[in-house]
Amino acid sequence: MNQDTPRAKRHQKYVVGRVDEFPESGRMIVDIRGREVGIFRIRNRFYAVLNRCPHLGGPLVKGQLVNAVTSTGPGNMELDTSKDLIACPWHNWEFDIKTGQSFWNPKHLKARPFAVGVEVGNEVAEQIETGAVGMVEGPYRAETVQVAVESEYIVLFMVPQAPGTVQNTAGTHRACESFTHAPEEKEEVTS
Amino acid sequence: MTTALLTNTTRSTFWTGSVIDCDVHANIPSIETLFPYLDPIWVEGTKERGWRGPSGPRLSYPPGAATTTRDEWRPADQMPASQLSMLQKDILDPWQVDRAVLNCYYGIDSLRHPDWAPALASAVNDWIIAEWLDKDPRLAASLVIPARDPIAAAAEIDRVGSHPGFVQVMLPVRSERLYGQRIFYPIFEAATRNDLVVGLQWGGTTEDAPSPTGYASWYAEEYAAETQVYLAQLTSMVFEGTFQKFPTLRVAVLEGGFTWVPMWGWSMNKKWKGLRRETPWVDRLPLDIIRDHVRFSVAPANLGPREHSQRIIDWLGSDDLLMFATDYPHRHDDQIDELLEIIPESMRAKLMSETARDWYRL
Repeated sequence: MNQDTPRAKRHQKYVVGRVDEFPESGRMIVDIRGREVGIFRIRNRFYAVLNRCPHLGGPLVKGQLVNAVTSTGPGNMELDTSKDLIACPWHNWEFDIKTGQSFWNPKHLKARPFAVGVEVGNEVAEQIETGAVGMVEGPYRAETVQVAVESEYIVLFMVPQAPGTVQNTAGTHRACESFTHAPEEKEEVTS
Repeated sequence: MTTALLTNTTRSTFWTGSVIDCDVHANIPSIETLFPYLDPIWVEGTKERGWRGPSGPRLSYPPGAATTTRDEWRPADQMPASQLSMLQKDILDPWQVDRAVLNCYYGIDSLRHPDWAPALASAVNDWIIAEWLDKDPRLAASLVIPARDPIAAAAEIDRVGSHPGFVQVMLPVRSERLYGQRIFYPIFEAATRNDLVVGLQWGGTTEDAPSPTGYASWYAEEYAAETQVYLAQLTSMVFEGTFQKFPTLRVAVLEGGFTWVPMWGWSMNKKWKGLRRETPWVDRLPLDIIRDHVRFSVAPANLGPREHSQRIIDWLGSDDLLMFATDYPHRHDDQIDELLEIIPESMRAKLMSETARDWYRL
């Protein structure tokens, strides 16, 4: 009875890109059922945050990526390279890319972060087959993508993941490839 | 807010609680007044040159201007506010003050002389001790400094700062450089070391324009625009991190008004949120820093229509920021009874005495 285009399945997890095609210090915006999410690669790790500043709704992901600056008093300035902040292009308010926490108002203001994982092709292919994972629009959309089992894929989780359960460092899987994926397993899977 | 007000109501009808007047003035009638307190070399230097004393006071407070002295406080043949007896008759007795903080603006900063200016400051301070503090236990006072020279200023603060009557270092609001800059650290170091408030007071160096952007044509214009100078000094201190460097520093804004504080504070807050990386030592909202470190005298109050003034009081966001003052003998056309009516009940005792008692450790 509903003749409209059926709504895309609401997945909890989406494949958003291939690790080896995502440049270091790069960023991209993906559209997940109308929600824009920015994916960042910083020092080989992946992060994701909703492209909406909690202040006034600015396009947060288009802002500058900076390190935190800390100080013990006038004249003392230190760059805390362990803290990556995205500064909204509208008012330059900074948010921690990992936690979404506002730098100036950490108790009351938070951008929306998402967990990002790096998974190998054969895992991803399986999940695509079972329908457990969605493909975002673009070169990785379901009908065109060919998932190479030996490649690593960036997977975006739209629901919160327990801390420590998501591996998001590029190269992790490849490093132990010889143990987990025998060369004869190499095949292309079409979804 | 004067004794004139008490012609229609009595002090005890108007306010039954205690009163601390955080800003009353002493004027030095002539340079000769200071001779007993001045090293003979400067006495001789004064006579040799026929010098009549610093030019600052007459520029900041033209003797005949209506704002300089309220009519009923203008004696026939003497300089207003130049004798303890005048202050007693006009303020201390009729207002039944618990304590009053005496400020003597003598324009020490009018002098560029590196030795004479500190000597003059010392003389003024010794005169304040001998002629005022020692003679009326209700008085506390600001000590004056040669503010152009932070090292000499710190030495003077340390020389007399431990006198129990001195509760404040007077910092004239006009200066060649903004007080937040690090060159002024010795002054704040010495003030906090001696547990003294730093009071920003109208007046200061005379060679720079009294506005941040040039000279005013008229005295009324200059007088009305003076708020900008207070604002520039406090903004400097906030962003330079003066209050992080000196976490125990207490500042009082005297004769600067307070109705501008919320809007100015919001502006600083806004800028800080987006530009804070530049001054990472500013670790919280500027207006919160102001609320923690600065108090404001209510003379002038510069009130507008009652309902609008009430809103501004509300926007201050704290009951603790305002301190009663008459600014004797200067004239401001505000009514203290109106101010007391528009502030919340919870603020009244604080404004009339408790905030100043706490701030000045009286």
